[in-house]
Amino acid sequence: MKRLLVMLFLMLATLPAAAGGLAPVIPKASGKPHPEGNLFMRINHMKLMKHDRDQTVREGDREIGHSLKACIECHAVNGADGQPVDISSDKHFCRTCHDFAAVKVDCFQCHNSRPEAKSQVLILPRPGDTNDLAAYLEGAAR
Amino acid sequence: MKPPALSFHKKPSEMSRRDFLKSGGAVATITLAQGVTLMAFGGQAGAMADPGKRWGLLIDVGKCTSDCTACVTACSTENGWQDTGHPETDAQWIRKVDLVDDATGHELSLPMMCQHCDDAPCIDVCPTTASFKRADGIVLVDKHICIGCRYCMMACPYKARSFVHEPVRGQKTYAPRGQGTVESCTLCVHRVDRGDSPACVEACGKTGNGAMMFGDLMDPESQISQALLNYPSLALRDDLGLRPGVRYQNL
Amino acid sequence: MERTIYREIKVNRPLIQLAALLVAFLLAAASSWFYIEHHGHIVTGMNNQIVWGLPHVFAIFLIVAASGALNVASIATVFGKVPYKPLARLSGLLAVSLLAGGLAVLVLDLGRPDRLIVAMTTYNFSSIFAWNILLYNGFFVVVAAYLFVQMARGMPYQAVQMVGFVAFIWRLILTTGTGSIFGWLVARSAYDAAILAPLFIAMSFAIGLAVFILVLTLACRLTDRALGAKLLARMGRLLGIFAAVVLYFAAVQHLTNLYVAEHAGVERFILWNGGIYTWLFWFGQVLIGGLVPIALVFHPTGGAKPASTITASALVILGGFAQLYVIILGGQAYPLEIFPGFTASFSFSDGQINIYIPTWLEFFLGFGGIALALALSGFGMKILRILPTSLSDANVGQD
Repeated sequence: MKRLLVMLFLMLATLPAAAGGLAPVIPKASGKPHPEGNLFMRINHMKLMKHDRDQTVREGDREIGHSLKACIECHAVNGADGQPVDISSDKHFCRTCHDFAAVKVDCFQCHNSRPEAKSQVLILPRPGDTNDLAAYLEGAAR
Repeated sequence: MKPPALSFHKKPSEMSRRDFLKSGGAVATITLAQGVTLMAFGGQAGAMADPGKRWGLLIDVGKCTSDCTACVTACSTENGWQDTGHPETDAQWIRKVDLVDDATGHELSLPMMCQHCDDAPCIDVCPTTASFKRADGIVLVDKHICIGCRYCMMACPYKARSFVHEPVRGQKTYAPRGQGTVESCTLCVHRVDRGDSPACVEACGKTGNGAMMFGDLMDPESQISQALLNYPSLALRDDLGLRPGVRYQNL
Repeated sequence: MERTIYREIKVNRPLIQLAALLVAFLLAAASSWFYIEHHGHIVTGMNNQIVWGLPHVFAIFLIVAASGALNVASIATVFGKVPYKPLARLSGLLAVSLLAGGLAVLVLDLGRPDRLIVAMTTYNFSSIFAWNILLYNGFFVVVAAYLFVQMARGMPYQAVQMVGFVAFIWRLILTTGTGSIFGWLVARSAYDAAILAPLFIAMSFAIGLAVFILVLTLACRLTDRALGAKLLARMGRLLGIFAAVVLYFAAVQHLTNLYVAEHAGVERFILWNGGIYTWLFWFGQVLIGGLVPIALVFHPTGGAKPASTITASALVILGGFAQLYVIILGGQAYPLEIFPGFTASFSFSDGQINIYIPTWLEFFLGFGGIALALALSGFGMKILRILPTSLSDANVGQD
C-alpha cells in the first residue's frame, strides 16, 4: 500500500505538463547519473543509505556505495552567495522533495547538510533551465 | 513503470574493483578523498573493521606536561566540538587532568578520554545497543539509534562521555554529532580506517613531547605492544576489570 | 456487613475544579517539554556531570509508587485480608496510572524522545534498562488483566487470586529492576550495591501505600463517599511499619558503606558535609519521611485519628522524594574516583563536587507526570466501577 502511494506520488511528479506547479522543482546534480536510475533512487534512497550507514558505523566499512556524504557532494545547490545552501534553505536538494511530500528528514540534526569546503564544481540551477523532474530524468537517461 | 528491485548482493565485477583498491591503497585513498568517485563504484562489502586487531593507546605520563593542551586542541579541531562558553555542558571528548599525589606531593599531568574498554559498562547498560564496540576494539556511539537516555554516562567510570546539550551546525562530515545524543572519543575512527593515527597522537608527537603512542595491541611486533611488554604500565580503575584499550605509563 | 457496590464517580463542581488544575499542570509540562526539545538540555540544570536530574527523581518516584500502590490489591487477593478487598480495584487503577505518569516524564526527558520507537524495538538484553522497558510494558498488561478478572461478571475467585499472584510477583521483579538501575552501576561509589534493590522495594511499599491513602481519601471526600476511620487507621499502621522497614534498609546500606574504607568519602558526603544532600537525608528522609510519620500513626491516643494517617502519608511522600533526590543526585554530585590517592589540581571538574540547580522547566515536567497519573486515575474512576459507594467501617468486612 505504502509502495503504491509512493509510486502514485512519483507518477504525479513526473507529469510535467499536467502537474504545472504541483510537482517539486528538483535541482540538477553534478557527477555521473545513478546507474540504478532516478526512480529507483527516489523510492529506495533511504533504504540504501540506512543499510550502508550501518555498514560504515558498525562494521567499519568505508567502501560503501550510498553515503550521505556522497549524496550531499553531488546534489549540493548553491545559494546567491555562490556557496552551497544548508538545510535551512528551501532550495536544499533534500528539502525540494521532502517539503513537497511532507516527510521529515532526520539526518541533519547530526550530519552537515553542506559538502566539505574542498568539494568539486557544482552545477547551479540556472534560471529558465528545464530542471523539472522530466527533464532531469531525460538528462539522466542520456 | 515497475520500480527496479532492491538488492544488496555483491556483484562479481565490483569484487575486482575492491581487489584493485586493496592492491593500490595509496592511489585509492586519494581517489576516495575527493568524494565523487565513491558513487561510480557502487556498493559492496569493503574493508571492514578487522577483528584481528585491537587498537589502543599508550600514554607516557612522564612525558606529558601540564601546560600543554595540544591533544585537546587537535581533537576539537579534528572532530568539530568546541567551547561554547558553558563549561558544564560542553563536549569533552578529551580533557587534561593535573594530579597531585596525596602522599608525596608529586605532580602529574595526563590526558583523559574514552578508554575503549574491552568489557565496557556503557555497552552493557545501553538499552538500544547504540553503544557498541567495533571488531577492532573501538568503542563508539551509533547516534542513529541513541535515544539520549544518558545511562552510559552514569555507567562510565572515566566520565568519558558527553551529552550534546545544544543544537549543532556545521559538523565535520566524518564526525557527525547532534543535539540529544551522547558522544565520546572515537579514537578518530575515520583516520584509523584510512591508516592514520588519531589526531591527538599526531599533535602530541608534533609538540616534541611524544607522550602518546597509538597501535595494534594484538600485534606482538607493534611498537605499542613492545613498549607495553618492556616497561610497566597500568590501566585506570583496573580494579573494575574492564581491560581498557588505553594504558598509562609512569603514573 | 453489606455487599460492596462499585459505582462510577459523578462529576461535581470540586471535581471539575481539580480537573482544571490538573490540565493546567499538564499544559505547563507540555510547554516545558517543547522548550527543552527546541533548545536542548542546556536550558535545564542538568549537565555532563549531573546527567540525571529532577525529572528522573519524579519519574522514579512515580514508578516506585506505581508498584507500591498495587500492594493494597495484593494484600486483599494474595494475602486474603478481607478489609482490603473493596480497595483492590482502585489499587490496580492507581498502579497503572502512576506508572504511565512516571514513564511519560522519563520519556519526555530523553535527548531524542522522537526515537521512542527505537527503544521499543531495539533491545540490548544485557541492559537492565532494556529489561525495565519490558517489565513496565508487562506491568500494564498484567495489571489490566488483574482489573479485568476483578471486574468481570461471574469470574471465579481462583482466577482473581491467580492473576493477583502473578501481578504481585511481577511488581516485585519490576521494583528489583528499578533499584538495579542504580545498584548495578559499578563505576560510582554511591551506587554499586545489591541492597538498592530491596531498598527500592521497601520504598515502593511505603510510598505506594502513602499515595494510595491520599488518593483514596481525596476521591471519597470529593464524591461524598464514606471512608471508615478504622480502615484508614489500619492502613496508617501498615504505613508506619513500611516506613520503619525503609529506615532499616537505609541504615544497613549506609552502615555497610561506612565499614568499607573505599566508600568512606561518599558516606561522609551524604551523611555529614554534603550540604543540601546531608540536610535532605537527615531532615527529609529520616525525620520527615521516617520518624515523624511512625510516631504519628503509632501514637497511643492520636494514632487512630484520620488526620494522623493522612498527615503521615503526606510526610512519607515528602520523605520519599528527599530519599530519591539524595540517591539520584547525591550519588552523581559526589565525584568519580578515577585516580585513588591523587587530588586533581586542575581539570574539567574531576574530583570536585558537582553542582546541580534544577530549573522550573524540570519541576513542571515532573509535576506534569503527577498530574497525568492523577488525571488518568480520576478518568478511570469516572468511566469504570472502581470506587465503592461506601467504605464505612460497618460496610468493610473483618478478617
